Amino acid sequence: MDLSFSPEDETFRQEVRDFIATALPEDLKAKADIDAPFPMEDTMRWHKILYAKGWVAPQWPKKAGGPGFSATKRFILTEELELAGTPPLSPFGLVMVGPAIMQFGTPEQQQRFLPQILNGEETWCQGYSEPEAGSDLASLRCKADEDGDDFIINGQKTWTTYAQYADWIFCLVRTDPSVKKQAGITFILIDMKTPGVDARPMLTIGGTPAFCDTFFDNVRVPKANVIGKVNAGWTVAKALLGHERTLLALVGNSRRTLRRIKHIAAETAVGDSTLLEHSEWRGKIARLEIELEALKMASLRVLAGAELGQAPGPESSILKLRGTEINQRLYELAMEVMGHDALSWYNDAGVVPDAEQGIAPNFCYTRANTIFGGSNEIQKNIIAKWILGLPASK
Amino acid sequence: MNFELTSDQKMLAQTVRQFTKSKSPVERFRKLREAGVPWERDVWAHMGELGWLSVPFPEDVGGFGAGFVEVAIIAEGLGKTLVPEPFIASVVLGGMALLGAGNAAQHEQWLSPMIDGTTSLALGYAERGSRYDVSAVATTASRDGGGWKISGEKIFIPNGHEAENIVVSARTPDGVGLFLVAADGPGVTRDKIKTIDGQGAGRLRLDGASIGDDRRLGDPGDGSIAILEHVLDYGAAAACAEGLGVCQATLDMTVAHLKERKQFDVPIGSFQVLQHRAVDMFVEVELMRSMSILASLAVHDDDPVARKRAISAAKVTLSTGGRAVTRESLQLHGGIGITDEHDSGLYFKRMLVLDTLFGDEVHHVERFASLPSFAEG
Ligand SMILES: Cc1cc2nc3c(=O)[nH]c(=O)nc-3n(C[C@H](O)[C@H](O)[C@H](O)COP(=O)(O)OP(=O)(O)OC[C@H]3O[C@@H](n4cnc5c(N)ncnc54)[C@H](O)[C@@H]3O)c2cc1C
Repeated sequence: MDLSFSPEDETFRQEVRDFIATALPEDLKAKADIDAPFPMEDTMRWHKILYAKGWVAPQWPKKAGGPGFSATKRFILTEELELAGTPPLSPFGLVMVGPAIMQFGTPEQQQRFLPQILNGEETWCQGYSEPEAGSDLASLRCKADEDGDDFIINGQKTWTTYAQYADWIFCLVRTDPSVKKQAGITFILIDMKTPGVDARPMLTIGGTPAFCDTFFDNVRVPKANVIGKVNAGWTVAKALLGHERTLLALVGNSRRTLRRIKHIAAETAVGDSTLLEHSEWRGKIARLEIELEALKMASLRVLAGAELGQAPGPESSILKLRGTEINQRLYELAMEVMGHDALSWYNDAGVVPDAEQGIAPNFCYTRANTIFGGSNEIQKNIIAKWILGLPASK
Repeated sequence: MNFELTSDQKMLAQTVRQFTKSKSPVERFRKLREAGVPWERDVWAHMGELGWLSVPFPEDVGGFGAGFVEVAIIAEGLGKTLVPEPFIASVVLGGMALLGAGNAAQHEQWLSPMIDGTTSLALGYAERGSRYDVSAVATTASRDGGGWKISGEKIFIPNGHEAENIVVSARTPDGVGLFLVAADGPGVTRDKIKTIDGQGAGRLRLDGASIGDDRRLGDPGDGSIAILEHVLDYGAAAACAEGLGVCQATLDMTVAHLKERKQFDVPIGSFQVLQHRAVDMFVEVELMRSMSILASLAVHDDDPVARKRAISAAKVTLSTGGRAVTRESLQLHGGIGITDEHDSGLYFKRMLVLDTLFGDEVHHVERFASLPSFAEG
């Protein structure tokens, strides 16, 4: 057993740090330093910078235009980007539909879509959830009827993150209502400019319109846009969830938030000392840091297993659960540490210090971490069934 | 980075499993507990033959020269079936203290017979009111001709009721020193303290006990405190491994119970509220496993800050996770879990001891937050 990264990996870590130091534009760095939200233009600007470096899709293989990184290098890159607070890239193309097209798409589909995902010329959104189909996703109703070489799509998707900015949406649609619900679903790509598609932004509790209700009214989509086979969309969707899960440990992001909390606590006076020296506060902070350390070790175990080509073991399933909880609790603690200063909400410049602006919206956004990508309750159902082998729930 | 066990380590884990299954399942501990027998000499000797008692010591003292990963493998395995032989107390505490502070002649005379399973050792550092502070030593040692006279009281010494020799800390005019006290020496009285887990501990009263200078381990002073702190970190790392074994066994037993026990005509494991609580236990066990690995690798770290940071984090994880797992297990078993007859109570109680030994949660949170790494990180 050996806990250390290899010298090559350490060199790579330094290379990533140096790159971020020079390549992250000043205005983005200023936002990162105070945890300010990044609008879509910022995200895509950073996407293109990483693309030019060849690092935008660390998990993509070389033949698809990825850098062909080892699991460890991917981990280091993600961790360093999160630690530096760079804009989180939109995952819908890079992490979700891209790998799905690689695995299930035809050569034509791969040529048509993959380069545009990589270079950021086309952005994507995910059309799975519907008003009546959330955790029970397979009960979705948005339907696709055959019409010659096309499908005609009618229905509604909801919580579609950044659909208002997207060029394309990948959807799960009902193509056969007569069979078992998982068996009648198709995975299809839809151009957001097609007549009849209407994305209506909704304000989130974080104070920005981060997701939409997306309506489809007789939207005509070529059958050539189906990924995999008609009625085999559930298989594609399941494969894609596997890609999503390992991402959500958020270790780098949480370490950064922890550092920020300590920084604020060290500058906040209580009596003639500071919050960071106050035993109850430092105890609270230390306990969370220890939990984060345990999560980090669990992620490293998963990573070391992946390097050896092993399928993710039981420890991988805990990453999303604990990673999202810890991330939420860190923002809760940040709010507590800041006291009233945490309560300011999108003020004009100069009313409150800039550094105080980001925490409250982020605190609100992190409440979603335990809901999307399979809620934590659903994750527990999965672990109970597949790892602990407990009987079907009543 | 690599968390795979070597083939030798896998074989060791396999041997431990076979041993606990055939020679020391939980029923053995239960019988000994009822008979008031702390542990058995022949089983200890057998462990010596298997080489387990030699694992962390260098080859020149008859050791196996392995790292701490092997110690953790053994401790975890022994924890799963509550094997009462004093592996941690004698090998990790008494043994590592003697190794760290003693000289070659002392190793030859007292470490070697422990390594082959003839005798056992212990470490007495705690005193009434000292809690987990190794430098809070009221016991005194003063020069007496060519030797020493030691007076004071040491409490809750794991294996202190059985060991032939006990490493004891005592204050000298030059600072805290370490001495190897013979349990049957003049001026030494010992009692068995019965403990919640049924394993017992020793109380040592030293009433001007005469100790030869050949039993002084190293020179009194800051060095002895540093050695004690390191030895307790070894102990904490081993406790993390044993506690992991305890909690893994508890989880397995609880999941089996959820599948078997029926109420309302269905297995209770089909109730989602219980499923989620079992998953919470599973998550804790996986985090404890991750931190036990960290502890067994970091306990050798030359940088004391890195070592203390990792050990304290692991020990806190053991305390919080271990308590949650063993307490949930009682709840999920229902009434049967409250009977003395059921094993879940034995695990619950052993966990409580491991939680407290070598510093409890608050102690380690505070130590973690006092390190320079906390303010800098
Ligand atoms: C910020 C945000 C962004 C999102 N972005 C997208 C997106 O881009 N595209 C997209 O398709 N979707 C998106 N989603 C939707 C997300 O995937 C769903 O919210 C999620 O699947 C849960 O569905 P639901 O909201 O209908 O909640 P419900 O399924 O109604 O769940 C409500 C509560 O019941 C619990 N619950 C449900 N079923 C069970 C069960 N069997 N056992 C125990 N508990 C259960 C849930 O855990 C939850 O606590 C987003 C959601 C959020 C919050």
